[in-house]
Amino acid sequence: MAILSIVNQNSCEEEFSLREVPLKINGKLVNLQLRPWVSLLDALREYAGLTGTKKGCDHGQCGACTVLCDGERILSCLTLAVMKEDAEITTIEGVGTENELHPLQKAFIAHDAFQCGYCTPGQICSAIGMLNEGKAQNREDVKELMSGNLCRCGANSNIIDAIMEVKNETI
Amino acid sequence: MNNFTYSKASTVQDAVNRVQQGPEAKFVAGGTNLIDLMKYHVITTDALIDVNHVEGYHAIEARGEGGIRLGAFMTNAKTAYHPIIEQQYPLLSRAILAGASAQIRNMATNGGNLLQRTRCYYFYDVNTPCNKREPGSGCSAIGGYNRIMAILGASESCIAVFPSDMCVALAALEAKVNISGPHGDRSLAFTDFHRLPGNTPDIDNNLSHGEIITSIDLPSKGFSDNYSYLKLRDRNSYAFALVSVATALELEDGIVRESRIALGGVAHKPWRSAEGEAFLQGKEATKENFTRVAEIILTGAAGYQYNSFKIELAKRAIVRNCMMALNPETQLPGAQPSR
Ligand SMILES: Cc1cc2nc3c(=O)[nH]c(=O)nc-3n(C[C@H](O)[C@H](O)[C@H](O)COP(=O)(O)OP(=O)(O)OC[C@H]3O[C@@H](n4cnc5c(N)ncnc54)[C@H](O)[C@@H]3O)c2cc1C
Ligand code: SF4
Ligand code: FES
Ligand code: FES
Repeated sequence: MAILSIVNQNSCEEEFSLREVPLKINGKLVNLQLRPWVSLLDALREYAGLTGTKKGCDHGQCGACTVLCDGERILSCLTLAVMKEDAEITTIEGVGTENELHPLQKAFIAHDAFQCGYCTPGQICSAIGMLNEGKAQNREDVKELMSGNLCRCGANSNIIDAIMEVKNETI
Repeated sequence: MNNFTYSKASTVQDAVNRVQQGPEAKFVAGGTNLIDLMKYHVITTDALIDVNHVEGYHAIEARGEGGIRLGAFMTNAKTAYHPIIEQQYPLLSRAILAGASAQIRNMATNGGNLLQRTRCYYFYDVNTPCNKREPGSGCSAIGGYNRIMAILGASESCIAVFPSDMCVALAALEAKVNISGPHGDRSLAFTDFHRLPGNTPDIDNNLSHGEIITSIDLPSKGFSDNYSYLKLRDRNSYAFALVSVATALELEDGIVRESRIALGGVAHKPWRSAEGEAFLQGKEATKENFTRVAEIILTGAAGYQYNSFKIELAKRAIVRNCMMALNPETQLPGAQPSR
């Protein structure tokens, strides 16, 4: 999309010009030079070099692009980077530390909660958001509240097992 | 997506002023419908005006007469989980939580939800004729694949359905939509907000260009004792309704004093039937009476090649949901049929 936009650039250079977009990503302030139509997903992957967040459908239908915005899970493909100038964005790269994985990352490994791994960053960010929300009482609720993340490998039951383990530990 | 300028509005007045700059200027709130449609080139804009930072209208306020006011820029998730909504308007909470996914509900706003476009496949495909997208080009759904289309209130120009869940509950609760525009403020009753397609299916609702939704008022009556939302779809979650039903009942010793029954997924707007609701008044709240109401509500329903099953589905959904409303605690997450 970004490349296409540059090709499309017409005489309205001024109006559609690049602007500096300050984004707080994983605790660091990054100033990106972006055009207004760059999605948050493309900003993360193509401009900030953070390719952990995945593009599955680019239309809000799969959850692979889930990130946390001020602690809430959102879809980075359906928002523009310019709309998130003042927000704190957390991606999969920022949920754990160099030396210590996030409990959900550990649980996903322990429960074999992935096959190809493409949906995993979105699943983990979404699960962190869900636990922050505190609305899930039981496994049925977790399944319903995680339905925004599809796994085309069908690792779903192990994904729910992993989340249930962390949920029960944090109660 | 085509190229556009972007600016943030600081007040309602500022937003209204900015959107006057051209017929193609658009507001963006959660972005969950608009940005998707822009990626498909179904909608183009030259100026996008972000309303997320507009002063006010991000919360729920109590109103004098006992009702409440929902801010248009508040998210669907914050609305559904707000204690006032959970306790006094649980039908609304249930309907919102049956829609989209948790991530989308965290982004989607109350104003944007009312203005989401149809999910008709041909509307989304710019290579096919569609009267809603391009007036006069024809309707691909009438002779095409029309499994998800309307069975009530459709026209020869368009058989699309309005896909919102939240709005089905708002129709049942008789909400009011508050609007600001270049010529001042006005309010519309919920039933007058969305339109039937007629021969102008390109116009979804009665909001004019330049106007902005600021809030939605709910009357004090929330029907929190006897209510239910049921959503039937091709998969259990994260899918649009084939048919959905919002039921709100006021009962006295097993007799229906007042009833509200609104259907989603069947028409170009949330569907209510004055005849059906009038029939129930003063009757016993029994399966037999709910079955008769279902027949009345579906009077005049017409199916197309692939969606005629929806007529019987809607009738059964009405009966099932009215029975569920007698025992709201039997409702399951995701507005699935109770066991
Ligand atoms: C994959 C997917 C599944 C979904 N499933 C469901 C579902 O099952 N049930 C359901 O009900 N919904 C569903 N949705 C739709 C979702 O609920 C809507 O996209 C959302 O409510 C729109 O709100 P928004 O704030 O994101 O609007 P935006 O996309 O920002 O805007 C939508 C339109 O409203 C206009 N607008 C926004 N706010 C205002 C305002 N205050 N005044 C005037 N104009 C305004 C914009 O200009 C635009 O034209 C789904 C969406 C996706 C992507
Ligand atoms: S049903 Fe309406 S939206 Fe769908 S193709 Fe026909 S005119 Fe377009
Ligand atoms: S890439 Fe965003 S939901 Fe699929
Ligand atoms: S592990 Fe392959 S998509 Fe989920």
